[in-house]
Amino acid sequence: MKNLIRFFIRFHFAIFFIIFEFISLSLVFQYNHYQKAKGVSLVQNISGYYHSKVFSITEYLNLRETNQQLAKENVRLNNILQQAYRADDIFFYKQDDTLNKQRYYLTSAKVINNSVNKKHNFITLNKGSEHGLAQDMAVISGDGVVGVIYDVSKYYATVISLLNTNLKISAKLKKNDYFGSLVWEGKDYRHATLNEIPYHVAIERGDTIVTSSYSAIFPEGVLIGTIEDFKIKGGNFYEIIVALSTDFKHLTYVSAVSNLKKEEQKELEGTFPND
Amino acid sequence: MINLLLRNTGRFVVLVLLQVLIIDNIQFSEYVNPFFYVLFILLLPFETPGWLLLTSAFLLGFSVDLFEHTPGLHASATVFMAFFRPLVLKILSPRDDYEPNTYPRIYYYGFVWFFKYALILVFIHHLFLFYIEVFSFSNFFLTFLKVILSTLFTLVLIMISQYLIYKK
Repeated sequence: MKNLIRFFIRFHFAIFFIIFEFISLSLVFQYNHYQKAKGVSLVQNISGYYHSKVFSITEYLNLRETNQQLAKENVRLNNILQQAYRADDIFFYKQDDTLNKQRYYLTSAKVINNSVNKKHNFITLNKGSEHGLAQDMAVISGDGVVGVIYDVSKYYATVISLLNTNLKISAKLKKNDYFGSLVWEGKDYRHATLNEIPYHVAIERGDTIVTSSYSAIFPEGVLIGTIEDFKIKGGNFYEIIVALSTDFKHLTYVSAVSNLKKEEQKELEGTFPND
Repeated sequence: MINLLLRNTGRFVVLVLLQVLIIDNIQFSEYVNPFFYVLFILLLPFETPGWLLLTSAFLLGFSVDLFEHTPGLHASATVFMAFFRPLVLKILSPRDDYEPNTYPRIYYYGFVWFFKYALILVFIHHLFLFYIEVFSFSNFFLTFLKVILSTLFTLVLIMISQYLIYKK
């Protein structure tokens, strides 16, 4: 016993070191399995409060860009409205049919914290479970895909940005529907990589990449970006560099998309015998 | 003694706030992420006992983690750096050891000594931090570039701060 105590006293520095490294590294690794690890919501409320304070200052500095963004969005919406006016009866009929119920519901939110220079970038929104946001909802902006909601507290939500090496999105070529998975390589915030498109498919620079209909999270056809460059990897597949349409460096307003039929789809798909 | 404790606690709070409120909000480039808060570990007195050194390093890293949504990342890197501090101090010690009632400052031991001391420890911290963050060697040189550039930037900030605050 005496020896044991002497041992602890003698090596207390190394023992402390091992204990602290063990605690912090296990936190890191637990967090890497980002689907399993639940965020600490108390911490989120505190840091959410702080980020919203900081945001209220930076908001003023970004007013000019935000105005431009909103003006652009207005023009786009006006265009849609005029089209709707001409093709009148398509947009204004009432749906009583239970089969065609509304599938997606959008909630707008403000970005109050954002980063682009880490490997695992996250975005904080100023809305939370109180406003109907929930885990695994898609987040999009006027320009395209932004990310997926990671965790929500009462008034704030954190979003796994598309600029997070942990996030994979099912994407397809708009012109011929071949699909693959889109990941961010962690290098530069303007580009991501689309893999698993087979080699025989004809693609060109400038082709549009949109979300596929295979994920229960994103609606089909949300813009992701355009092909900037491609090469053949491993003989059978392309490695396609996609120029992202969303500029993550000045995100201000985004929409969270809830898929009202997600539960139904998941439930049905959960019955596959092989997994 | 109490005075010393208060001063270090104050420095702790100021450095964490400075890091999360100001430095994290300035996005210099993808390759430059300075972590100025490690200055706290550098400036602790020579006589700081080992357990206190590691505990304060853990708390320091963890407080930064809370704001950056990276649980454990900064804590592990800061503890790792603090672990090497006694060794680095031993290697760099002057011929007749550190004098009592002095602190690791430019004022007492000169620019070159402090620069070497800061360079080694900041480099250890950044090296550990960036590789744990990526957690692979797949982009080895890209990450290494990040380590080097960020280390240099943090060092510049540290040296400037020393001249701004501890004038003769």
